[in-house]
Amino acid sequence: MLGSIAGVLYDGFAYGMLLFLLSVGLSVTLGMMNFVNLAHGAFAMLGGYVAVTLMNRLDWPFLATLPVAFLAAAAASIVLERVLYRRFYKASDLDQCLLTIGIVFVSIASAAYVFGTEQAVVRTPAWLQGSFVVGEQTFGVYRLFLIVVALALAAGLVGLLEFTRFGAKVRAAVDNQRMARGLGIDVDRVFALTFALGCGLAGLGGALAIELVGLNHTFAFSYLIYVLIVVSVGGLGSIGGSFAAAALLGVSTVAGEYWAPQTGSFLIYFVMVAILMWRPLGLFGKR
Amino acid sequence: MTSLTSAGAGDDLKIWLTKRTRWRGAEIVFWLACLLPYALTPDYLQLASQIAISALFALSLDLLLGYAGVLSLGHAAFFGLGAYTAGLLAAHGWGEPLTGLAAAGLVAGVCGFLASLIVVRFRGLALIMITLGLAQMLASAANSVSWLTGGADGLQGVDVKPLFGVFSFDLWGRTAYAYSLAVLFLVFLLVRRITNSPFGLSLRGIRENGVRMAALGAPNQAHLRKTFTIAAGIAGLAGALLTQTTETVSLQTLGFQKSADVLVMLVLGGVGRLYGGLVGAIIYMIARDQFSDMNPEYWFFWIGLMLIGVVVFLPGGILGGLSLLTRSWKRRAP
Repeated sequence: MLGSIAGVLYDGFAYGMLLFLLSVGLSVTLGMMNFVNLAHGAFAMLGGYVAVTLMNRLDWPFLATLPVAFLAAAAASIVLERVLYRRFYKASDLDQCLLTIGIVFVSIASAAYVFGTEQAVVRTPAWLQGSFVVGEQTFGVYRLFLIVVALALAAGLVGLLEFTRFGAKVRAAVDNQRMARGLGIDVDRVFALTFALGCGLAGLGGALAIELVGLNHTFAFSYLIYVLIVVSVGGLGSIGGSFAAAALLGVSTVAGEYWAPQTGSFLIYFVMVAILMWRPLGLFGKR
Repeated sequence: MTSLTSAGAGDDLKIWLTKRTRWRGAEIVFWLACLLPYALTPDYLQLASQIAISALFALSLDLLLGYAGVLSLGHAAFFGLGAYTAGLLAAHGWGEPLTGLAAAGLVAGVCGFLASLIVVRFRGLALIMITLGLAQMLASAANSVSWLTGGADGLQGVDVKPLFGVFSFDLWGRTAYAYSLAVLFLVFLLVRRITNSPFGLSLRGIRENGVRMAALGAPNQAHLRKTFTIAAGIAGLAGALLTQTTETVSLQTLGFQKSADVLVMLVLGGVGRLYGGLVGAIIYMIARDQFSDMNPEYWFFWIGLMLIGVVVFLPGGILGGLSLLTRSWKRRAP
């Protein structure tokens, strides 16, 4: 029993870290501009497919594809932000939801057209496969890799936001956009950069997710709900909140699958509704 | 509203409201045109009844979203509740359609009232997530009690008796379309009455500026609870119609896809216009029927493109665009 608890916590935490990578960008950009970007998962899917293509067609090593996945998603997000999103910052929640859900639909169809509807197959290097044993419990190596990468990125993000000039501008814009503008901060520019960074992280998350949860053309849609849960439970604009919410969601998902598989995803939604009823702004949300 | 009706402004309001409730020619033409499928396309009556049902569902979301401004991503929960209520009744020997329909509306309405106690306290992202979460909870609960709902296979043995004991639900959908259209029309009258009443006006006030309405003394949350309950009941009616005309119920009636579909229809037609959901349902369902031999993945592409197009070029949907056109035309004509 004790061993299985450790196993569930480990797997759940690893899954949670994946969700953290997928959602942290949305949390910060939503907190800053109040722009409901439901297409966030599409950038993750793009990153995933970039990694798959590089590995399978061009025989790139797995690790080398990760930065490219990040850059591809970030570049695509900059284009989309310039062309479409920019005009809708002042629009209603509904318009933003519809615009971005339209983008999700288009991206799903395009992915099905280009890559087909089967699960994408990747070959991760041998040193990331297999598992190690502690006591009587086996732990997957890839999950450890995932946890290390996510923790390193989280530390990097906190450092960036807390200790750099750019981070100070981001925090100012999240706290009070109008005041930040008044102080001469170019909020649009800060936002565009943050947006690209967040979408890049999603792309990276998408590439890392393939080994764990697979990748097919519906990825943008199926992970959208999880991403939204993390963002709303964690609270907008809070990295710590996203981290905590992602870990909680990951552990409760895996625990639900392990101990009560017949209830499906009931437990996850129950946890979310309960937390939102207790704190409508999320665990660490300020407004 | 008492202060308004006593003063002179009250009379103006009354005149204004009566003017709005007057039937326009275009509306009468629209409803008469709904009878055309019997004469022109008798092979497509089954599709026509599906359209009427979707239109009813979209109408209920329109009342909630277009008039009260409550963005729900879980509206299918009530559609599914109605569908399963009617289905379970019919599967256990109570196949009489009208009482089944009423029971479905009642069950969905009661559940809608209970949900509204939670839902109306939230705005923004939390509201979207709460509605989504409640609906997903219901969907996974329905999936896990497969002894009751039939699980992924759908509910078996739904046996619906003839309407009024005379008109049985035939394969061509003659009864189904007349039945669905009649229910749609009656509910439409109700919704039209609600939206053109002082109550409907205060709903619009809440949508536009909730803080100000509260300052004027309007009981916002009570209004929203009422609206949510009514909208849920109507969605339940639509679900029951689907069950009774197709004699099956599947888990899809509760799913997220259903909630998203109805939102797309409504947006396509025009949010906050009584006919928006109706027009949207007609266009969406006919387009889907025409493209049904196409790979469903590619169908997504066109829906997505339509959504982006509507939001970018046509805020207000198709009807919004039309009314802009007629207004500019009228301005030029005299």
